[in-house]
This record gives sequence, C-alpha cells and structure tokens, in this order.
Amino acid sequence: MAAYDLTIPISEEEIRALHVGDTVRLFGVMATGRDAAHKYLIDTFIRPSADAGQTAGGVPESERPLYEELQRLLCGGVIYHCGPVVRQRDDGSWEFVAAGPTTSIREEVYEPDVIAHFGLRGVIGKGGMGPGTLRACQEHGAVYFHAVGGAASLIADAVKEVVAVHKKDEFGVPEAFWVIRVEGFPVVVTMDSHGQSVHDRVETTSKASLERLVVGG
Amino acid sequence: MDGPLEEMADGRHPLEPFVELIRRASTDLPADVEAALRAAQTQEEPGSAAADTLATILENVALARANSTPICQDTGVPIFYVRIPIRPHPWAMSPRDLQSQMEAAVAEATRRAYLRPNAVDSLTGRNSGNNLGIGFPTFHFEEWEADDLQVDLLLKGGGSENVGVQYKLPHAPLKAGRDLEGVRRVVLDAVYQAQGKGCAPGVLGIAIGSDRGAGYVHAKEQLFRPLGDTNPVPELAALEERLLRECNELGIGPMGFGGKTTVFGVKVGAYHRLPACYFVSIAYMCWACRRARMTVRDGEVGYE
Repeated sequence: MAAYDLTIPISEEEIRALHVGDTVRLFGVMATGRDAAHKYLIDTFIRPSADAGQTAGGVPESERPLYEELQRLLCGGVIYHCGPVVRQRDDGSWEFVAAGPTTSIREEVYEPDVIAHFGLRGVIGKGGMGPGTLRACQEHGAVYFHAVGGAASLIADAVKEVVAVHKKDEFGVPEAFWVIRVEGFPVVVTMDSHGQSVHDRVETTSKASLERLVVGG
Repeated sequence: MDGPLEEMADGRHPLEPFVELIRRASTDLPADVEAALRAAQTQEEPGSAAADTLATILENVALARANSTPICQDTGVPIFYVRIPIRPHPWAMSPRDLQSQMEAAVAEATRRAYLRPNAVDSLTGRNSGNNLGIGFPTFHFEEWEADDLQVDLLLKGGGSENVGVQYKLPHAPLKAGRDLEGVRRVVLDAVYQAQGKGCAPGVLGIAIGSDRGAGYVHAKEQLFRPLGDTNPVPELAALEERLLRECNELGIGPMGFGGKTTVFGVKVGAYHRLPACYFVSIAYMCWACRRARMTVRDGEVGYE
C-alpha cells in the first residue's frame, strides 16, 4: 500500500500506477453527480433519444453549454457520488456543510458508459461498483476511489470552494452537479485499473464464512 | 435538563425544542454509539484499512459535534416516535398539533442546514426543498401511562435503508424454518448481502412476527435501545449475543474493507404473528446511529 497526492486532471500514467489499498489525497476541481445526474448524462449526451428539439448531433441546443463544460471538467477528471448539505452565504455563494459519499452501485448501469464517453480517470463513492465499471476502469484507465461513508463534516472540510452548480432547480440540492475545488480529499483505491477489486475479494471471503455459519451451524 | 420552556409561559406553541432535538440527532452522535466505535477501533489491526476507517469516523464525529454540522450528509428520513401522557400534559397538544409543530421544526432545521432536503416527489422527481411531503417525515404516536411527553427521533439514511430486508419463513434457500434458528440464518444472510453498502459497521433492529408494515416499524423501534442493555427475554438475549458474534465472523468490516467489526449492536423484538405468517423484518442502521430523545416533564425540556 502506497500513499499518493494527485491533482486533477489526472494522467493515465498516474492512474495505472495505483493499486487497490493505496491511499490518495485529491486536489483540484471535480463535479458531484449521482442518480439523476447519471441518468441525465446517458439520456441527453451519450444515448440521446430521437425526441423533438434535438439537433443532428443528438444534443439539444439548450443543453450544449453544460455539455461543453462537463466535457472539459470530466476529461481526465473525477466524478463524486455525493448529495451534499449546503448553505448559501449572504453574498449568494455556496458552502459545503456536509458531503460524504453516497452508495455507488446504483450508478453501475450508467458508469461504464460515462467513463468511456467523458474520459473519466476516477469515480469517488462508497460501497464499490460492479463488473461493468471494473472492466471500464481497465479499458480506459480509471479507478474507483472509496471515501468513508458518513464522514461528511470531515470531507466538507476538504472542499475549499463551490465553483458552480448546475441543474439545482431541476434535480434538487442532493442531485445537482456541484463543481467543487478540493484540497487533500482523502480516499482509498478499492478498484484499480488492473482488474482488482477489494469488494470482490471481501464478498468472496464473507460468502465462505456465511456458508460455514449457516450450513455448518 | 435544558431550562424552562419559555414558549409555554406566553402560550405560544413550542418550535425551538423540536429544532434542538433535530440538531442534536444530526450533529451529536449518542455516547454509547461513539464508545462502541472506539472499542471497535482497538479491535482492528493497527494500520489496517478497518482501523484507519474507524479513526476517520471518530474524527468526523468529533468535528461534527464541535461545529454543529451534520455527521452525515444523508440526514435521511426523520422518523418520530411520540409518546403522549393520557393525563393532561404541559403542552396539552393533540397528536395533530404536535405533528404540525414537528413539521415546522423539520423545515426550519433544513433551512439551518442541520438536515439535507430529502423529500422527493415519486411521480415528478421534484425535491420539495424543506423535507416536507406526502407521508414525509414519518410519525408514530401512542398514548402511555407516564406523565411526561417523550419524542424519540431517528435519522436514517438511504444507504442503510436500501439494505433493510424482510424475510418470510420458511426460507428454502437458507433452510431457514419457523424458529429462532431460522431467524439466525436469515439475519446472517441479510448482513452478508448488505456487505459495506449500508455503511458498516452497523446496528441491526430486528422484529420477529407482526405484519409486513408494522414489522419494519417495530424493527426500527429496536434501534432506540441502548447498545449495552440486555434483552429481558432470555432466548432473545442469547440470540442477540450469538448474532453479534457471528455477524462479525463474516469479516466484512468497516465500509466493507474487511475487518473484525461488521456490526456493533443487534436488538431483537418478538411480536405476535398470524398463523400463516412468520416475518423477520431487519432494519439496518449505519454506524451513524443518529437517535435522540426529548422529554417534557413539569414544563422542563430535557434531551438524552
């Protein structure tokens, strides 16, 4: 197990150097995105339906500015599965009050395509993800970073600035894209770009224990 | 005890005491829960992911308490259990009036960032913005013989709520029959299925019997029991002790990273059931077991 400090955007070389169990402190600008955000990314940009109002390119004109910003943010970037508690200051700016990770597995159906489409280098969440994401991490050079679930006040301390927020009125506070600048955001690599997953290993060993306790019991 | 209730003196309805109850639940982890997490940390291998995770958790608990900020950003669905004296009580409010005050307090606590806005319209997907909605938050009222008004609050996040499960015995795949051995088997399966996704290490509230709906209500009531208490029913006490030991033998560990602490509390209640039904309802509570109690007695408001 090694310890790294990484600055976003992250290179493929930096990601390929990481292995499960490594601890990382992240620096730079990332975006939060969870259930509504992932569905939106797929439905609007990655597999747009043939609905009216869409241009030949598939992306509706109204969504193009956000698409361009997300492409810039997420290429070499990191998406954080998080629905924060926020506070608005008197000058209108936002502050993160509590911001731990949410359970990632709900995004499993979307994440491999999001990694491939935007060129993500990292996904932060909790609980781990499935075989599709693990494969996408191998193919495209990305990792799954695990943050400590519930450590919300501590992680909010690492969020130094809320740079922007998108889709807040449409998705609500927890589901919006919050663009944040972090310093020393603490995570552990639990799925690497070499096909290794802590979550697979623990599931296998705990299954053996379950069988011993239930069948042997 | 936290002082006289000034609102009563001038006849206004009390709001601040409920906001304070919510603030405490969200930001101040109960002492028994914190002590259990501290004890768990000493059990784990120094330098392991499990030990580091518990250290981070404890650091976060202290920070949240000091700054009065939410321990976890998922402040969940606020679940209120209210016990009202039969005899005239200080606030002399009906359940409906109490509920409207608690709803106002929830909206105010959301405004003050003690709670995240969590009430989402299931049809439109819109977040109400103030934690109020249809059937949201959740209230349970009962009358009781005591002279004090007691309000218990549990803040239960979505990650842990998603791994809660209800089994119907017999359960063939686990060879679980309609007895306590069957209960033991399905509980171990539930904890295995949850892995780290409910934010392990967790506390289990379990209801044996009852109907499908009330089973979960009773399971969550079990989460209010102090971690160190002993079940008054000897066979349930023995089951709790065995399940605590065996759940930890699964080796799932804090956050599912592997380790010795997977659960740090198992609380089981047995309720009457229909002849045809034998439900085991399991409420999984994350390590941030955010419960708080407010008691109003002789015009004084106290918290624990």
